Amino acid sequence: MRPLTEEESKTVFTKLANYIGKNLVHLIDRQDEPHCFRLQKDRVFYVSESSMRLAISVARPNLVSLGTCFGKFTKGGKFKLHITALDYLAQYAKYKVWIKPNGEMPFLYGNHVLKAHLGRITEDTPEHQGVVVFSMNDIPLGFGVTARSTVDTRKLDPTAIIVFHQADVGEYLRDEETLF
Amino acid sequence: MGRRAKNKQGDPRPIDQAYDKPSQKKLGKRKADEVDSGAKRPAKKVKENAVKPLKAPVAANGKTKSALKVAKPRADQPKPKKQKQARFEDEDEDEDEGAGSSEGWEDVDDDGDLKAQAKSLFNESDEGEFVGDLDDLDIDAIADDDDLLKGPVQELDLGSDDDDDDEPELPVKLKGKKSKQQERPLKIIPTGSDASSDESDEDEDEDEDGPITMKNMEARSRALDARAAREAELNAEEFRQAELAGEQSGDDLADADDVDMDEEGEGADDSEGFVLPTAEEREEEKKRGGPDVHTVQRRMRECVRILGNFKRLAAKGRARSEYVQQLISDIGSYYGYNDFLAEKLFQLFPVAEAIEFFEANEVPRPVTIRTNTLRTRRRDLAQALINRGVNLEPIGKWTNVGLQVFESSVPIGATPEYLAGHYMLQAASSFLPVIALSPQAGERVLDMASAPGGKTTHMAALMQNTGVVFANDANKARTKSLTANVHRLGCKNVVVCSYDGREFPKVIGGFDRVLLDAPCSGTGVISKDASVKTNKSERDFSLLSHLQKQLILCAIDSVQPDSKTGGYLVYSTCSVTVDENEAVVDYALRKRPNVKLVDTGLEFGRPGFTSYRGKTFSDKLSLTRRFYPHVHNMDGFYVAKFKVERRTKVTKPDAEAGPAGEVDVAMDGESIAFNDDEDKQYIEGASSLRAPCPIDVCGIGCLAAEITIPPGDLACSIELGMTLILSLRCLQRTSGNA
Repeated sequence: MRPLTEEESKTVFTKLANYIGKNLVHLIDRQDEPHCFRLQKDRVFYVSESSMRLAISVARPNLVSLGTCFGKFTKGGKFKLHITALDYLAQYAKYKVWIKPNGEMPFLYGNHVLKAHLGRITEDTPEHQGVVVFSMNDIPLGFGVTARSTVDTRKLDPTAIIVFHQADVGEYLRDEETLF
Repeated sequence: MGRRAKNKQGDPRPIDQAYDKPSQKKLGKRKADEVDSGAKRPAKKVKENAVKPLKAPVAANGKTKSALKVAKPRADQPKPKKQKQARFEDEDEDEDEGAGSSEGWEDVDDDGDLKAQAKSLFNESDEGEFVGDLDDLDIDAIADDDDLLKGPVQELDLGSDDDDDDEPELPVKLKGKKSKQQERPLKIIPTGSDASSDESDEDEDEDEDGPITMKNMEARSRALDARAAREAELNAEEFRQAELAGEQSGDDLADADDVDMDEEGEGADDSEGFVLPTAEEREEEKKRGGPDVHTVQRRMRECVRILGNFKRLAAKGRARSEYVQQLISDIGSYYGYNDFLAEKLFQLFPVAEAIEFFEANEVPRPVTIRTNTLRTRRRDLAQALINRGVNLEPIGKWTNVGLQVFESSVPIGATPEYLAGHYMLQAASSFLPVIALSPQAGERVLDMASAPGGKTTHMAALMQNTGVVFANDANKARTKSLTANVHRLGCKNVVVCSYDGREFPKVIGGFDRVLLDAPCSGTGVISKDASVKTNKSERDFSLLSHLQKQLILCAIDSVQPDSKTGGYLVYSTCSVTVDENEAVVDYALRKRPNVKLVDTGLEFGRPGFTSYRGKTFSDKLSLTRRFYPHVHNMDGFYVAKFKVERRTKVTKPDAEAGPAGEVDVAMDGESIAFNDDEDKQYIEGASSLRAPCPIDVCGIGCLAAEITIPPGDLACSIELGMTLILSLRCLQRTSGNA
């Protein structure tokens, strides 16, 4: 486990800012307990500092996970956000999309969100903006990227894609093997 | 429509009502199911849904229109649910259309529920209405009377069939906004678990609350009584035949003996004097490919009966052990256990209870889920799942996060709520060690064998994501599922590592609480994994027990005795054998005098054994708790809670082997403060380092070093535990001379 380098931090924060924007500061400087990012085997973990200090005593080959895994660095150096980060994304998300009950299952199977499934969407969402997808009961289901801005979405026909799927909670079942 | 339109099928019924229609296959078994449902339902329904008047049980057997019509008006009055009324009306219409029998069947099903649900409310009114249909009346009366008896009996006989029948019924019944009551009838078919879970939900003034209550025991004892009654009949008949046949033994199973002798030439039935050549007979049996199931079953029953009243019933000249041997081997062949395990498990219980235990292992335990309090509340979760079509109920008073799933039209492990981390599929028995441990917020907790993470996430939820939970599992592949569950349920204070548990506390110690859910033989979860019956041998038990003893010592050493809020260790296994449970706990008590057993805090469960087959354990072992599938309707389980105190100076005459003493000294890691007592000896030793050797055997005048010899280390005749001052060379010389 080691802290992130400058470069890595920048990559991660850029990615996160795409979804939570200015609320990123809430992650970095928390009021209640200071948290930090740590890197272990290409995975980025967000963990409270006290837990992190205890986890130092665990040897590198034996440490599997600490706190919350946000995602991992690919071989090409890009940072991929995992579904495990959903809790924090949902909490601080700037732009949200709600899908109707009939659209829940397709999304959980990994498909994109169609206009027909759209329940609600935050006003003034720009195009290609990271959004968090919720069910109508406000249960976070995953996140993605908008295909069109809110304004344009209104003009689309029901079969058009409005949110590109990036991660959904169904992955806990589908990608059990590869998730960790 | 054409001719005889009234015989043609009408419009499909609106969705709500259509669900009630059971499949034809189900209908075939209707009567039995219904009777059972009647038997099982009453108290619970009354308690929960006291105000749900429903169609009269009249039509329980009645397939006639009149029955329906009679039932209907009455049903209409008290019933608050328009839905039901509408359905009944529709059913009447359907009858007219010629699908009469199915309506009747339908009603029967409904009636079963209703009857069960609000029996007390409707008894009188039912009878009043019955006048119109004498047939129904009679049948119902009979059904009522026989409910109790038939119920459990049928439970035994129709086990597998019923399960099959349950399936088609489920999707039909469980949709939409059905009330719990309406959904519940689906569980009509009494499997062992169903019956017990039904009854378990009933509120009984039983100390053993939870999934099993008095009702279950009653049902089971009724089952045994029924069995006994049948046996008695059989015996009487055989006795008569025996007399006819002129059998000289005059024992109960004389006839069986004759038969056996004729068929197999062994007559190994116990009541007759033929058990003696048992070894030969059994070999013969085995050569013949084993006895047939009925013979074995009969023999088992006989053995149980005789052993229950040995003085009176045993044949002369036959020892008790012969009967026991025969019974054990029959159990092995009937239930599919290897000999070693059959005997081991048999010896845990009194005879009749042993049979119950083996029977319970054939039947799966109810599916249970645990609400994740970090994300939702039990009530909200139950509501959401019911909306999806899951039939569930709270487990019992002892937990406020557990839900028992009766049936579900959707896969319970794949609902959006599951994926969002609102609940975890977990056996009810797995709640127990965490409840016993009760970790507090802000503590540092260790879970030594945590995969797949049910208990770890439970602890994190109890601690409300504060403090730190170290989740360890020796198997790296299983840490994947552990991590996935941790993340899915939103536990943010968990550190997952993969060590052999015996490496703690070297890796990190000073925990406030430690949970050790030790790897075990799994004899408590045979109903989940039948391979345990055959693949466990004596060697497995000794290996496992050894591992468990090592782990528990390491766990004890990892606990910080000075912890302000904690200092507890919970040891649990999913096994019922004594050498994995009480023996390990007793070992820990002996090896670590600074720990003591405390009350687990669980109100139900059998106390642990304080002595077993010649081995005696500390009296405090009665504070530990044992759980059995046939008593509590949860997996076999064992929970023991220790309080770890400060360790006082380790005394040399430990009377144990050397390594133990060394280990004690070496792993004194629980307090990092200096221990003056222990340090004193070293300081004194160091000060004498430069003094001349008093023995001076070798005459060289070398310098002395104070050597503390742990007992047993030296092979020479040095008194145990004495501190000697010898020069190293003298030491060699002395040992050479000694």
